[in-house]
Amino acid sequence: MKRSRSVVTVLSLFSVLVASSSRTAAQRTTTLTVFAAASLTEPFSRLGKSFEAAHPGTTVRFNFSGSQQLFLQIQQGAKADVLASADARWMQTAKDSGLVEGEPVLFARNELVVIVPVANPAVIKRLQDLSRSGVKLVIAADAVPVGHYTREMLARLSSQPEFGSNYAQQVLANIASYEENVKGVIAKVQLGEADAGVVYRSDAKGPGASQVSVLTIPDAANVIASYPIAVLRGAPSPELAKAFVELVRSAPGQESLENSGFRAVGPGVQPSP
Amino acid sequence: MKLLRTIAVRALVGLAVGGLGFLLVLPVVSLLIRTPPGELLTRLGRPEIQQALLLSLETSLLATALVLLLGLPAAYLLATRQFPGKRIVEVLFELPMVIPPTVAGLILLLTFGRAGLLGKSLGAWGVSLPFTTAAVVMAQAFMAAPFFLGPVRAGFTTVEHRYREVAATLGAGEFYSFFRVMLPLSLPSVLAGTAMACARALGEFGATITFAGNLPGVTQTMPLAVYVEMQQDLGAAITLSVLLILLSFGLLLALRYGQSRVR
Repeated sequence: MKRSRSVVTVLSLFSVLVASSSRTAAQRTTTLTVFAAASLTEPFSRLGKSFEAAHPGTTVRFNFSGSQQLFLQIQQGAKADVLASADARWMQTAKDSGLVEGEPVLFARNELVVIVPVANPAVIKRLQDLSRSGVKLVIAADAVPVGHYTREMLARLSSQPEFGSNYAQQVLANIASYEENVKGVIAKVQLGEADAGVVYRSDAKGPGASQVSVLTIPDAANVIASYPIAVLRGAPSPELAKAFVELVRSAPGQESLENSGFRAVGPGVQPSP
Repeated sequence: MKLLRTIAVRALVGLAVGGLGFLLVLPVVSLLIRTPPGELLTRLGRPEIQQALLLSLETSLLATALVLLLGLPAAYLLATRQFPGKRIVEVLFELPMVIPPTVAGLILLLTFGRAGLLGKSLGAWGVSLPFTTAAVVMAQAFMAAPFFLGPVRAGFTTVEHRYREVAATLGAGEFYSFFRVMLPLSLPSVLAGTAMACARALGEFGATITFAGNLPGVTQTMPLAVYVEMQQDLGAAITLSVLLILLSFGLLLALRYGQSRVR
């Protein structure tokens, strides 16, 4: 008898499993799933709240990750409504792979800055100091957009006489780690483990802002990232997805992005570069 | 009724085992099917893959040696001594098994990092651990130690008390009896612990990238290379994955054979 009871227990456990997996279908609220670049965490979380307030019964679910990770996930069949990328390159790849509905639009720009710990152990006062031997520099890996831009920025600085043609080479020789995302770069500078790191202006304004100082890179050499956004093909809630894209490009949306250190692009339809 | 029950139980057991196979074995098989051996061999010749492979072998062997050296006495003491707060010490030693590896990397940074608790004094001696191969070894040893301590301690515990007592009455000191009685009698457990620790060290990712960073040739082990390559060259990532799986499989299989020999 005891044994048959345990059989019943196992069976009921199974039924609980089955029931819990089908529960999502019975939910009343609609969910809008937004895949967004990790650097958008702060402003998009805020915009998500106001979107939920404006659309009762809607829950906005975010997946913040590296743009390349987001692309891989969508390509492997992850269900999402909106993709906001930190890099036109990955958005173009997504479009070429037939994952995007309509045309991606530009919604923000973000410039690179150099951050150093507040204590500044390597005494980095200007960009030239980054090439001094012994400096521990941390940047993002080349596959991550910000890492790709960092190399481009260093190459541009090398072509300026006050930096010298060896500048990029000397700076790259100081690299202690290629982090797999921009938050890894910030963490290592914040903890004082790295002497300097290259991140987006918006990251330097994030939660760890008080622990780092910012060096600005001149516009002529800076690489300014374009952030495109698009509704995805096969989006479970296409109407809500369009509304979310509109919110991001509206005046309040742009203001929220500016507060987080992004450069606004202004409302109006512009094709993504 | 009884027959029916037997059938039901067998069906459920069959279902569970099949489910487990589905979950654990199918992904490995699908990875191996996807990769033609010829392509694998060509990619094996690429310098960045060889670099990651060699670094992984070097660091995981060093980490295993470190765990063996530091863990053997600790496992022995835990198995043979009683002291106040022993349970707490045991749990502390088990902790790396359950905390997320990224957390492990972070606490290593906060301790041995340049601005860390101990790191500041280390810095005064001119030693800086983060971003070095030594940091990789430390991260791996940290994560692998519980996998060694668990089985080895259990092995020591099962060696009967009277063997040690007999050795003592025959005039053997504790040191002598450890090497001539305890260690030979619990060799299967020591082997098991060593192989498990080595396999865990080989697969370490989160603690390594957090504490040691990611620099090819210095701190980029195979698991890190898989992650980075996945973002630019899926083929290379798959090659590295196959290598990692084959290595771990070989290691654990060798352990099984080794154990049956010793027994």
